[in-house]
Amino acid sequence: MSKKTLIVIGNGMVGHHFLEQFCASPAAAEFEIIVFGEEKQLAYDRVHLSEYFGGSTHEDLAMGTLEWYTEQGIQLHLNEQVTGIDRENRTLETPRGSYRYDELVLATGSYPFVPPIQGNDRPHCLVYRTLDDLDAIRTSSEGARSGVVVGGGLLGLEAANALKSLGLEAHVVEFAPRLMPVQLDSDGGALLRHKIEELGVQVHTEKATTAITEGEDARLRMNFSDQSFLETDLIVFSAGIRPQDALARASGLDIGERGGIVIDNHCTTSDPHVHAIGECALWEQKIFGLVAPGYTMARTLAAALNGDRETAFTGADMSTKLKLLGVDVGSIGDAHAQTPGARNIRFNDEQAGHYRRMVISEDGKTLLGAILVGDNSHYDTLLQYALNGITLPENPETLILPESEGGAPALGPDALPETASICSCHNVTKGDICGAIDAGCGDLGSVKAETKASTGCGGCTALLKNVVDSELEKRGVEVSKDLCEHFPYSRQELFHLVKVNGIRTFRTLISQHGKGHGCDICKPAVASILATCWNEHILATDHVPLQDTNDTFMANMQKNGTYSIVPRIPGGEITPDKLIVLGEVAKEYDLYTKITGGQRVDLFGATLSQLPEIWEKLIAAGFETGHAYGKSLRTVKSCVGSTWCRYGVQDSVGMAIRLEDRYKGLRAPHKVKMAVSGCTRECAEAQSKDFGVIATENGWNLYVCGNGGMRPRHADLFATDLSDEELIRTIDRVVMFYVRTADRLQRTSVWMENLEGGLEYLKQVVLEDSLGIGAELEEHMEGIVGTYQCEWKTAVEDPEKRKRFREFVNAPSQSDPVQEWTVERGQRRPVLESA
Amino acid sequence: MKPRTRWEAVCTVEDLVPESGIAVWTEEGPVAVFYLPHRLPALFAISHTDPFSGSNVLARGITGDLKGEPVVASPLYKQHFSLRTGVCLEDDTVRVKTYPVLLDGNQIRLEVRANQRESVAA
Ligand SMILES: Cc1cc2nc3c(=O)[nH]c(=O)nc-3n(C[C@H](O)[C@H](O)[C@H](O)COP(=O)(O)OP(=O)(O)OC[C@H]3O[C@@H](n4cnc5c(N)ncnc54)[C@H](O)[C@@H]3O)c2cc1C
Ligand code: HEM
Ligand code: SF4
Ligand code: SF4
Ligand code: FES
Repeated sequence: MSKKTLIVIGNGMVGHHFLEQFCASPAAAEFEIIVFGEEKQLAYDRVHLSEYFGGSTHEDLAMGTLEWYTEQGIQLHLNEQVTGIDRENRTLETPRGSYRYDELVLATGSYPFVPPIQGNDRPHCLVYRTLDDLDAIRTSSEGARSGVVVGGGLLGLEAANALKSLGLEAHVVEFAPRLMPVQLDSDGGALLRHKIEELGVQVHTEKATTAITEGEDARLRMNFSDQSFLETDLIVFSAGIRPQDALARASGLDIGERGGIVIDNHCTTSDPHVHAIGECALWEQKIFGLVAPGYTMARTLAAALNGDRETAFTGADMSTKLKLLGVDVGSIGDAHAQTPGARNIRFNDEQAGHYRRMVISEDGKTLLGAILVGDNSHYDTLLQYALNGITLPENPETLILPESEGGAPALGPDALPETASICSCHNVTKGDICGAIDAGCGDLGSVKAETKASTGCGGCTALLKNVVDSELEKRGVEVSKDLCEHFPYSRQELFHLVKVNGIRTFRTLISQHGKGHGCDICKPAVASILATCWNEHILATDHVPLQDTNDTFMANMQKNGTYSIVPRIPGGEITPDKLIVLGEVAKEYDLYTKITGGQRVDLFGATLSQLPEIWEKLIAAGFETGHAYGKSLRTVKSCVGSTWCRYGVQDSVGMAIRLEDRYKGLRAPHKVKMAVSGCTRECAEAQSKDFGVIATENGWNLYVCGNGGMRPRHADLFATDLSDEELIRTIDRVVMFYVRTADRLQRTSVWMENLEGGLEYLKQVVLEDSLGIGAELEEHMEGIVGTYQCEWKTAVEDPEKRKRFREFVNAPSQSDPVQEWTVERGQRRPVLESA
Repeated sequence: MKPRTRWEAVCTVEDLVPESGIAVWTEEGPVAVFYLPHRLPALFAISHTDPFSGSNVLARGITGDLKGEPVVASPLYKQHFSLRTGVCLEDDTVRVKTYPVLLDGNQIRLEVRANQRESVAA
């Protein structure tokens, strides 16, 4: 039996998705497939079109490959526009020939609407839809100073961003009184406008353009109905899209009043052998201008061509979440509260620039829609409530209030029903994901490959990861803790291997327990483990190549390749003489000088070759290294304490110096900070540190696992009224237990949060010695204290180690040409490129 | 026709740091030379300039291999560059220059472009 012919017109996103679906189905064997595409390029990801200006190429954006089309036996005709359809004879015409079909699929997408303004066809009047359009915009932008986008909708703002990225002064001209009139309300639109103007895009609302004429100061002039005008070098029209239905119209298919090829629930048009999918199709008087509904149509049609009449297109969710010029915008469901009886809850923080609105049903039980501007962190949760009709909590406003005011935490993956849609691009539900996991997918990557979830717009990435992790955990699957591709072990396991087998070099470890040559993940991690276990000099020949950026030259690399130097100033106590030496050295080498947050002094701008010389001088004056470059103890901050302070009950400075001298140099999975306050007033802010000590009438209270930084955590009270010796013994044990069991780059705060049994367990191990390792931990710590050396002292005294501090080994007098300097507020600083 | 080049002696074997890099100054500017004794070939030379920051720092990065490809990680923002091709693994539109390198007795030599005047005179 000879094969039937299936022709697809349009090789865009939806057309391509249809081919993928159809070719994987049984019916594909019955058909010869021919595809016509008007564009020169193979189907590409139009959603990410703007990335073309960010350096992506057609290959990066392409949705498939020529090889795939060849393998499937598809005849691909690119750069060939279909010009007519003869439905009676089932043929179609192109400039190159005439072709017969048995089934025809129209996936012709849409075209940008250009308002009928006089002069809209002048040169430099452009649109924003295809790669060719973007090339034209790029060409036109050469020699141009400014550009205007007509239309302040979703695409218009994206186009404005593109103009900005081409270095043009960007304007947006919108006919309506606000931006994104379809998705936003007036408050949301106003906030978005404010934010976008702050980014340097000028917004003109309520402007109707009447004519485009030649400009005086620029190429073009836009004349508005209110007699005002705007001059610009190029114009991009983004005033909406229109379904590309010309072929269908000419061949007499049913067309909607305002355009669009009419289809039924199976994506078939008024002719049973002609089908339409994507943006050209009109379903129940609706056009869907997003890719996800188009994909659903493609799947529906592929099913229908396989005789499946169950699968039907039943409309689509038009919720959107995007970042426009870096501003979060989200719109869900019935954002304009058009449902009868709908009620609104609004949250508007003008200070932070966050606007959130929830539209809820009359009975307050379900979420109908929402608008978010400035912060999309609530989007996923709200979308799940809306899509799945999950009953709202009693005080629904908690969903959009900031957490500090009693906001409810995000909806956990467990709370979602099986039917919850996780990825709307590829129509993947939580049930599908569970199915894939049950069928053997053991990690995020394979779930993605199996279900295609998160391979479309990417908006669901975070949610998908949460669901996968939680489902894997439920099934007792261990989420891989391998350090990297070279070691199938966690940091804790490697620590154990090193310690038990007495391994002293990276080479031995990787040849016995790993594979390959290592990388910038495992090398520093192993260097840290080796240092904790054996405490050899970090620049010993075997260890040199393992050290991270800062460790390897024992200084902190700054953005221009120079270094900063931080000598240790224990407890922040320094004699005037030493302070003078710091000043003299800084002056001699013209180092920018700043007081750090850890009560010491940072000297910036030393070149590699100056480091040993500078340290020679500092060491002669009695300084030692401050380990500001290491994953190790930084500083022990202290208040002035009972020696001077009217309220102090203990000598906080004395204790801080004692602690700093004890733990300095200890290599840990991450940096460790400590502080000591002399009374409960807590001037040293000890509770924000990994180890915080606060004086009491009877001794010391110890707090552990606090953190400042990106994610602050208040330290937990661990033990009270400790004597000096008890305090040190307790810290010894906690520190060593942390060093042995934490993951790479895991601060104590996160370590504690992930420790099974948490604070109580840690107390049992340390205070009650439940594992019987207390003495061993203390002994290990004692050994490290006993083998301490100032790394810089050893380095400057060893000519071999000093050799490494040459900027260019063959040209000692050559200075680095990229290090340029200027003077600001009386000190030298680097010249910034984009000042 | 290929531009004229020459093999410039840049340092000796003693200057190299095993499993790591050093920087040398050449007629073409700063170049990073890496010595990976456990690989064949063991010598690699790429531009010392980190294209993401413009700073001369690549010799100071950590070396290793990713899926078998010898790489160095920029010490500033940690992108990986192939030591063979100079291509950045995180963004293959970015590539640093690579230089042919050879061991001549105790000398390490790089093939660099001969400067204009010299080649005319030659
Ligand atoms: C800049 C931009 C950003 C976007 N962002 C998003 C987003 O964030 N989220 C989202 O969901 N959607 C977004 N979209 C919309 C999304 O790209 C479209 O919904 C999707 O591309 C529609 O797919 P389609 O296949 O129906 O149409 P298209 O991708 O337009 O494909 C139709 C193809 O058919 C060809 N064609 C037309 N007529 C003929 C003919 N007679 N002969 C041969 N070929 C013909 C056309 O040249 C075109 O290549 C964005 C669109 C743009 C332009
Ligand atoms: C016998 C004929 C030729 C001789 C003697 C010759 C010689 C040279 C020399 C000496 C240089 C190097 C200049 C420098 O280092 O500054 C050079 C460069 C160059 N030659 Fe030729 N050439 C010849 C033929 C050609 C031909 C036929 C072409 C092109 C088809 C060509 C293209 C080039 C180019 C493009 C360069 C520059 C390369 C660069 O700078 O990157 N040459 N040639
Ligand atoms: S914490 Fe107490 S002892 Fe220390 S400075 Fe403040 S008030 Fe004084
Ligand atoms: S807060 Fe940011 S900018 Fe400031 S020192 Fe830390 S990392 Fe650098
Ligand atoms: S929702 Fe777009 S990729 Fe999942």
